[in-house]
Amino acid sequence: MLDKTGIAKRIAKEVKDGMYINLGIGIPTLVANYIPSHLNVVLQSENGLLGIGPFPKEDEVDPDLINAGKQTITMMPGSALFNSAESFAMIRGGHVDLTILGAMEVSEQGDIANWKVPGKMVKGMGGAMDLVASAKHIIVAMQHCSKEGASKLLKSCTLPITGIKCVKRIVSDLAVLDVLPQGGFRLLERAPGISVEQIKNATAGSLLIEGDIPEMTI
Amino acid sequence: MISKVVSGPDEAVQDIFDQATLMLGGFGLCGIPENCIASILKKGTKGLTCISNNAGVDDFGIGLLLKTRQVKKMISSYVGENAEFERQLLSGELEVELIPQGTLAERVRAGGAGIPAFFTPAGVGTEVAAGKEVREFEGKKYLLENWLRADFSIVKAWKGDTAGNLVYKGTARNFNPMMAAAGKITIAEVEELVPVGELNPNHIHTPGIYVQRIFHGKNYEKRIEQRTISK
Repeated sequence: MLDKTGIAKRIAKEVKDGMYINLGIGIPTLVANYIPSHLNVVLQSENGLLGIGPFPKEDEVDPDLINAGKQTITMMPGSALFNSAESFAMIRGGHVDLTILGAMEVSEQGDIANWKVPGKMVKGMGGAMDLVASAKHIIVAMQHCSKEGASKLLKSCTLPITGIKCVKRIVSDLAVLDVLPQGGFRLLERAPGISVEQIKNATAGSLLIEGDIPEMTI
Repeated sequence: MISKVVSGPDEAVQDIFDQATLMLGGFGLCGIPENCIASILKKGTKGLTCISNNAGVDDFGIGLLLKTRQVKKMISSYVGENAEFERQLLSGELEVELIPQGTLAERVRAGGAGIPAFFTPAGVGTEVAAGKEVREFEGKKYLLENWLRADFSIVKAWKGDTAGNLVYKGTARNFNPMMAAAGKITIAEVEELVPVGELNPNHIHTPGIYVQRIFHGKNYEKRIEQRTISK
């Protein structure tokens, strides 16, 4: 089973040279730490920056420079700053190549729920609905099951959804899966030490297993 | 050049009335109009509708106005950093409209640009779409969203001149430029107020036409929500 770092490391392998990428809050933010240094990629922050750099040194901290998670950051050489309307214009306009975000549930149709638990959590959707409605490629980082062992890869979402038919790929603590255009999850890779049987038992939505499923390398 | 300069935040906000609709710039606590929020708190204006991406934290930003129950309604995209907000929302004391962040930014932009409505893909098939017109363009569905405008827009910039031209710094720009254009009266507080001619016209983010009042803001705390450091 992968821990959060493991999920982030596996997702980092999906990153290709020249990509503009939006990373969500949580595990997706960790992905930045594992992108191979020979790849030139630009990270977008929806509060108005292309070119997120590492966290600042103590003497570089600037309260006027934060990421979407409100963390202090730095800018890479060649960065660009812009306003929030421009930021979402580039997101909606399909200019961002890859969006990586967390999810509480994903359905076999590619619907995603990650913004609200009725009666419990009312934090708001932030930029998630805009991102999932328009991204060319969406990878979801998530736990395969809840703490109680209930699957989060479902036939249909039980929580209020963030977007419909948008998730393309899922990297969970147990597996890498694609959402098929006609619906259903296709198993691509197993996490180290995890069997196909375990993944089957942890997936409530329909699961397509073709041939030998390799163990992932991270 | 017309001078827009007022003496300070108390004068700038003196005619903000009970039940007014305000736009307040900022993302989290970054780029928020600290001086004007303090003056509205002091003035005790009630029943406010506040349009702002976030609602501050418990003891800073718009959170201060929530604590004193001066806010009737919040229109925001993300309010996760504020326990008092969550309490008032769950108890029904506070009206809240949650809007996808890009839709919020574009509704404000549309308000300032004279576009009464537009179609966006964000929220199709979700509860955000309830009651809204859906139309298909080239095989994809979009929601009709209306503009947002305000009685007063309150923005924070890095530098400004006496004619109201503004320059922002870093990611403190965020919603401020669109909000500046969408207020009947726009108040700008700036860290540095300079005479006309000192700002390079090539570098202006908000042209002064949108700004009615400007003042030199003082004692910025610029509180940081997540101080993250690399070793």
